Amino acid sequence: MLEAQKLCAWYGAAQILFDVSLTVCEGEVVALMGRNGSGKTTTMKAIMGLVGRRAGSVRFDGHDLMALKTFQIARLGIGWVPEERRIFTELTLAENLEVGRRAANGRAPWTPERLFQLFPNLAEMRERPGGRMSGGEQQMLTVARTLMGNPRLVLLDEPSEGVAPLVVERMADTIAELKKEGLSVLLSEQNLPFAGAVSDRVYILEKGHIAWSGGMAELEASEELQRQYLGV
Amino acid sequence: MNGLANASSLFFLSAGLSLIFGVSRVVNMAHGSLYMLGAYIAYTCASKLGGMLGFWGGLVATAAALALVGTLIEVLLLRRIYHVAELFQLLATFALVLLLSDVVAALWGVEDLLGPRAPGLRGSVEILGHNYPQYDLFLLFLGPVVLAGLHILLSRTRWGTLVRAATQDRDMVAALGVDQAKLFTAVFALGSALAGLGGALETPRQPANLGMDLSALGDAFVVVVVGGMGSIPGAYVAALLIAEIKAICIGLGTQHIAGVAFNFSKLTLVAEFIVMAIVLIARPYGLLGRAQGMPRHAAAMEDPLKPAGQALRLLALAVLVGLLAVPLLAEASPYTVVLATDVLIAVLFAASLHFIAGPGGMHSFGHAAYFGLGCYGAGLLLKLAGLPMAAAIAGAPLVAALAAALFGWFAVRLSGVYLAMLTLAFAQIVWAVVFQWETLTGGSNGVLGIWPPAPFNRAGIYYLLVLGLTVLGVLLMRRILFAPFGYAMRAGRDSPLRAEATGIAVLKVHWLAFIIAGSVCGLAGALFAFAKGGISPETIHVSRSIDGLVMVLLGGIHELAGPLVGAPVFTLLQDSVMRQTPYWRGVLGVVILVLVLVFPLGIAGTIAAWARRFAR
Repeated sequence: MLEAQKLCAWYGAAQILFDVSLTVCEGEVVALMGRNGSGKTTTMKAIMGLVGRRAGSVRFDGHDLMALKTFQIARLGIGWVPEERRIFTELTLAENLEVGRRAANGRAPWTPERLFQLFPNLAEMRERPGGRMSGGEQQMLTVARTLMGNPRLVLLDEPSEGVAPLVVERMADTIAELKKEGLSVLLSEQNLPFAGAVSDRVYILEKGHIAWSGGMAELEASEELQRQYLGV
Repeated sequence: MNGLANASSLFFLSAGLSLIFGVSRVVNMAHGSLYMLGAYIAYTCASKLGGMLGFWGGLVATAAALALVGTLIEVLLLRRIYHVAELFQLLATFALVLLLSDVVAALWGVEDLLGPRAPGLRGSVEILGHNYPQYDLFLLFLGPVVLAGLHILLSRTRWGTLVRAATQDRDMVAALGVDQAKLFTAVFALGSALAGLGGALETPRQPANLGMDLSALGDAFVVVVVGGMGSIPGAYVAALLIAEIKAICIGLGTQHIAGVAFNFSKLTLVAEFIVMAIVLIARPYGLLGRAQGMPRHAAAMEDPLKPAGQALRLLALAVLVGLLAVPLLAEASPYTVVLATDVLIAVLFAASLHFIAGPGGMHSFGHAAYFGLGCYGAGLLLKLAGLPMAAAIAGAPLVAALAAALFGWFAVRLSGVYLAMLTLAFAQIVWAVVFQWETLTGGSNGVLGIWPPAPFNRAGIYYLLVLGLTVLGVLLMRRILFAPFGYAMRAGRDSPLRAEATGIAVLKVHWLAFIIAGSVCGLAGALFAFAKGGISPETIHVSRSIDGLVMVLLGGIHELAGPLVGAPVFTLLQDSVMRQTPYWRGVLGVVILVLVLVFPLGIAGTIAAWARRFAR
């Protein structure tokens, strides 16, 4: 459903992505791995139309994303969960969800009630300002906020970063649940056990290039690959 | 009570400005102009249609008309400049001030127009032994009603939730599928309608006039800074505070304190200034404001300044030799020498502004204050203190430096739009003080008969003096920029935190830079006084501050040579083209818009960019 071909992106004069090609199929969870600064976040921003200059092609269900604005890309059914979470700190939890709300096409829409079943601890803090929530709570809220838009593909940027191990576990369960619902996920990660537990396939980025791609089982089995691309 | 009624209109005006800033991060300099436009449209409705329909229907029509104007401005202009540096946004919206001012003058003429009183509310009510007009009471209640309405709109509706979210993080809102362009247009339309309503409601109380755009803008700035940018309740509280203080000052009239007569009604602007200064010291983001997160797309980093190459040095030398030869024309064409003197003074003025605006990153919108203070300093030292010209010219920069030290102390603590607004407000206050302190400054007439003594009474000789001092001033500032102090200045501009971490006292460095620029500007002012043989409040007017910024931008703000190119071009353009049409302000507005939208690099910047491409 998502197909990027020879995607390049720049920040100012610096080129960050070089001919990145990847695909995500319906119902698939695909991991995007690589060290810090390898271009994982930029790939996601480039798909969402949030980088200043990009080249190549990105298609989603036959639509050319390069010609669309960010809000139009989101309306096609792509949800983005940014790494820095970007909660609206001055809005309450309920208002944060309201900003994300969009009508669903066909499927049963996400409602705050359904999301509170997925993230039970959010249910008790509906009126709490986003700025007064813990990192883990914010991380869950970010995912919930994106789901309110009823996306068919979610770009999930390093959800395990800077949150407690318990929350990481919770997040893995959530991704599995979303996959069961038929959602596709592009997951950016550095945490191999976490990514390995939820993903079908994997692309490894190095210095803005796709350095390796293949099945998740293959990467998990090969210490050589792990040392070469993920080791610190 | 009078203050409370005034507060409502001030609140509508400021709430619109604050709302627009909160969402779009653009300070709408044209907000006062929209207020003025509202007053004129309401006047026309009320006086031409007449009666209930004309007045009350006119209010609704005015709000609708201004919403339409706001929509047009947002779609045609602002959309193109959300991603450019703040200075350009401020200038582009100021270009609208110039354009709208000429549009209003062309449509309604220059006479003051007092609207009819509100039908149905012509009477007055007695409260505690005083008579209050019913209309004032109506205004008094309308303020809180609109405040409540805005509060419900912003906090209880989906639209309001989206607006508040966009205020914080526009890209994230877009990534959630919200068309922020439409949201921004709607907010701008609402803010414009509020400004128009504010102007319309004042027509029965005070006449619509062509000066109200800038005076309203100044008032709105003070209210918004005091209340906190982006805070609607803050705007209401601050509007009440400022309006009350003004009313009390006017109510006190002339009082005798310890044998000295104080005319409080003339101190309204000074009182506003003191309130604003106190608030800014105690709460830098205003009474109810918070530190504003800046938009995520910061302006692109500037390239480091490069010392001039061999060719450029030779060119500068050739120009200097050419300039030295100008007095030879004194016989054949005396006007050329006078014009050349004006050009040099403009160069010194623009270069001093560029010093803080370019490498300092402090976009002062009130640089004329130091020019005017230099002017008045020199003139009054000569006239009242009886000092010779040399002492007057030497003293003028000191006067300007003192003011720059005082105002700069506040200004360097702020950045971006806050700094621009504060410097503008300071300049407006200096202007008002000079204008109103007739016994010392001669009020609107100024002081005449400030002519240089022999041998400088000959235009050619005086020109050479100006040339010498201008070259000296420009070279001095250049030297400072390439000294460690200049590096510290630019480091503080590019990254205050990292500069602090490497041991640079950023505030102190920028404060000193502000004082240096102020004193050089004061020198330019002093030279201007002797060149014109007199001084007038016009030297401090905000339009001169804007002229300075246009000169800097026209030349190129990122280039050291920018002001040296921009000031002459601007001065010659103003002299030849703009004097031929009564609508020169509109022409200037169009020039600014073209500059901002098409040539943001300016003349020297564009040439430098070509040169770099050619060199490759």
